[in-house]
Parts: sequence; structure tokens; C-alpha cells
Amino acid sequence: MKSMDSLHRSYAMAKFLTYFFLILGALIMVFPFAWMILTSSKTVAESLAVDPVVIFPAKWMLDNFKEAVASLPFGHLYWNTTLMVFFRVICAVLFSSMAGYAFAKLHFRGKNLLFGVVLIQMSLPSQIFIIPQYQMVAKMGMANTIFALVFPGLVSAFGVFFLRQTYMSIPDEVGEAAYLDGCNQWQTFYKVMFPLTGTSVAALTIFTAVFAYGDLMWPLVVNSDLKMMTLSSGLSTLKGQFTTNFPVLMAGSLLAMLPMIVLYLIFQRQFVEGIAGTGGK
Amino acid sequence: MNRKLSAAARREENWGWIMVAPTIIGLGVLNIWPFIQTIYTSFCEHLGFGRYKFIGLGNYAEMLGNTEFWKATWNTIFFCILTVPVGVALALFVAILLNAKVKFKGGFRTLFFLPLVCAPAAVAMVWRWIFNGEYGILNQMLGQNIQWITNPRTAVIAVAIVSIWSSVGYDAVLLLAGLQNIPKTLYEANSIDGAGKIRQFFTITLPMVSPTMFSVLIMRLMASMKIYDLIYMMADETNPALTDMQSLMYLFYRSSFVAGERGYGSAIVVWTVGLILLVTLIQFWGQKKWVTYDI
Repeated sequence: MKSMDSLHRSYAMAKFLTYFFLILGALIMVFPFAWMILTSSKTVAESLAVDPVVIFPAKWMLDNFKEAVASLPFGHLYWNTTLMVFFRVICAVLFSSMAGYAFAKLHFRGKNLLFGVVLIQMSLPSQIFIIPQYQMVAKMGMANTIFALVFPGLVSAFGVFFLRQTYMSIPDEVGEAAYLDGCNQWQTFYKVMFPLTGTSVAALTIFTAVFAYGDLMWPLVVNSDLKMMTLSSGLSTLKGQFTTNFPVLMAGSLLAMLPMIVLYLIFQRQFVEGIAGTGGK
Repeated sequence: MNRKLSAAARREENWGWIMVAPTIIGLGVLNIWPFIQTIYTSFCEHLGFGRYKFIGLGNYAEMLGNTEFWKATWNTIFFCILTVPVGVALALFVAILLNAKVKFKGGFRTLFFLPLVCAPAAVAMVWRWIFNGEYGILNQMLGQNIQWITNPRTAVIAVAIVSIWSSVGYDAVLLLAGLQNIPKTLYEANSIDGAGKIRQFFTITLPMVSPTMFSVLIMRLMASMKIYDLIYMMADETNPALTDMQSLMYLFYRSSFVAGERGYGSAIVVWTVGLILLVTLIQFWGQKKWVTYDI
């Protein structure tokens, strides 16, 4: 048996180490953001100063942001990204709710085979679809449009899989009661079952939005016109324009990150649960 | 099937088909057909403007004889070796810290999770600046002069650091949920036996969290095998270390959309998916040795 004294000491030590590593980790997580913000307000000379390093800009200024906005049509990028996210979320929620409900609650022939299609899509990396998807968009003459940005997200296999699980967790009796009250299958789904899936729909919304917002390859491939780009793909063009002007690059990065960070800070719990709760992809 | 259906059952069946129709049609057009096309295209030469000529195994032969391709395959595997074990171990460490009784737990969780909501393009841009050889803050702090992104020996490592930094909070939140599911009574019974914390970790925590850890590992592995965006942002066409850091998916992008060789690009993506399938199967086969499902 250890003495009380040494137990206390080892407990205090464990506590100290826990905080030490948590704070160290937190600093490592925050540092890149802090450095981005500090750099975004520096002059080029300040940012390149080496001996000694300039940590704080002599004057907080917005010049770099003005230059970033002048070289990249941020207004368009925000608008395009918003529309892409909006339509992808609507499609994912609407179609996945319908299919998720049907797969969970209805009996129909071919159900297992069709659900197999959903599972196959889920387990394949999106890149294997990209070339033909791009060729379809190009053939339709729809490159450089909002539709092109939304296109691969018109349906979400992951959403179907995820919402099917949600509907399966709702007892059958709920639907049966509505059915006996004279609702048809569509009304049972739309009026009774769908409203019960609020938390999951919120999670799918956040997951879809964060994924669409961060995606880089598809928007780069399909929309080459700068005015039709998303925040991600637009920002990537900035690195070629300003190879050594880091303050402008950091201002641009901050502008691209800001909307999602603000939403995240407002809806923290929903974000963490939404992204982690969906199990990711 | 000759089963007679009642009117109600038939109505239910019709509703079932109607409700899955948008999804199934969508998946057919957007995924199933493109999947078949990509496989077919990998046996073709792209003549331009979406026209193809069947050439059999030509693309695969070219691919397998190409050093750049093998380099990309190795880079991808090396990237996985760096990010998956280290990333998941770090995430488990963070999860254990967050599982302790600490103040501001929510605040810490928010911070660790923050990179997840930032576009990888923007994250990579910031790290490019931190890693900059001449003026980057990292070299200033270390008092070194390492050309992180342009030196062939460090380029993949630099990308791996960014990747781990980006994903550790997410993996930690998943593992934290696994840790919180471990019944407290297990620890209590164990501490009466006088077992030390470290032994407790290996006899209780690790086996109990191993199923969660397995799914995190699989997910991280699949994501790492597909790495593209961070490399796209951190490597430039002029980077001398380009071939030493490019991943398979980045090579796929360059071949298909920069060079326009879509047949060759398709062969690369088919190979990559095959490789992902293979390593996933190995993981599932290997899990028997270390994942505990029954306690």
C-alpha cells in the first residue's frame, strides 16, 4: 500500500502533466492561426525580417486584405461557395431522407440490391468518378456554372446510409400509428417520421457543408473561370500570383477560412457532434 | 418471385421505389456509370475532346514502367506510414487527456477540432508560410535552415505534419467517445487490486477502446491513401521536390487534367483504388490479432 502522502503527490503530478500537455497541444493548434492573423497585418518587409523576427506588426492595417480582394473576386467566391453548399445540402437532406426512410421502413423488391449500390458508392473514393463526371458536365455545356459545382453532390450515398440508421432507430409503431390514422406512406414519412430526425438532419447538413466547402479537386477541374470558383479553388490560384508576398497570402487564407470558423464558433456542439457523430467518410 | 402481394403491400412497394428513385437514378448516372467508364477508359488512349481509342493494356504497361509512378506509389505509402500510426497514437493521447477531469474541457475540444472546419487549401497555405525555408517561423524557432517543402527528404514529412495537425482533433473526438463508453466499474475493480495507471492502460483502456481505434485507423488510412489537396497546395510545378512528394491522387490529377492524358490518369486511379482495397483488406485481416470485441 502506498502512503496517503505519496498518493497525493502522484495525483498532483498526473494533474500537472495532463494540463501541461493539453495546454501545449492547444498552443500548437492555435499557433498557425495566430501566425496567419499576425502576418496578414504586416508589411512585406516586416514579414521577411529574420534577425530578429518581427512578431507584431508595427501598425494593424487592412492593406493586405484590400490587395487580396483586388486580386481575387472574393465576392463571387463567397457567393459561389454559398450556393454550392446550399444546393448540395438541400439535395443531400431531401433525397437521402426519402431513400433512408424507404430503406429502413418499407418493404419492396430489390431493396437489398439497391442498398448494395449505395454501399458500393460509399466505399469508393470520389476520384474514380471524376473524369467521366467532368466529361458529362462538359458535354452538357455546363462547365463554369453553379450547377457544375453541385453536380457530384446531387445525391449522397453517405447521407442515405446515415439517415437509414436514424430511421431504423425509430420504433415501427410510430409509423404504424400514423398509417392507421389514415396517412399514406408519403404522409407518414413527411408529417410524422421526418420531423423526428432533426438532430441527424442537422448533422448531415453540417457534414455535407464542411465537406463541400473544403473540397478542392472537383471545383478546380470543373470551373476554370476565376469568377466561378469556390473559396478553396480560388484561394489556390493565389499562391501562383504572390509567391513571396506572404502577408497577402495570409489575408486571403483568413478571408477564405473566416465564414466557416464563425459558424463553427456559434454552433460548436452541433459541429463536433455533426462531424464526429456521422462517423465521417 | 411469384408471391401474391396484397393491395396495401403493393402500394408500399410502389412508395418504396418512388422514394429511392432519385437516389438510385442519381447514383447510377453520377457513380455507377462513371465507375464503369473509368475502368474502360483506363484501357484507352485519349484522343482529345472526350474521344477515345481502345489500346488494351497500354496505359498499365506505361504506368508500371514509369519511375514517377512508382515514386508516387511509394510517397503515398510513406505518407500513410507517417500519418496513420503517429496520427492515431497522438489522437489517443489527446483523447485520454480530454477524458480526464479537467477544466475548460469544451474549450480544449473546440480548439483541437478547429482545423476540421477550415478548408485544407487555406490550412496548407498557412503551413507553407510556416515551413518556408528562408523566412518561415519554424526554422527561426529551431534555429535551422531546413528547406522543408523543397528538399526531397523532408517534403513528405512536412505534408504529413500538416495532415496530422489537421486530423488529430477529429480522431481524438471519435476515440473520446470510445473511452467514455468504458464502464467505470472496470477501473474501480482494477485499482483495488493495486494495479498502476500504466498497467491499467494496457489491460483495460487499450483493449476496450480497440474497436473504436480500428475504425479510426481504417478511416485515417483511406483518407491518407487519397491525399491530394495538401500536396496540391504545398507543391508547385517548379518545386524541385515535386516528384518526391507527389501522391498517387496528385499524379492522377496532373496526368488527367494538366497533361490531358485521361486514359493514363484512369489507369492510375484504378490502381490507387485497388491499392486502397488491398490495404483495407489487410487491416481487416490483421484486426483479429489486436481488436477486442468481447469483454
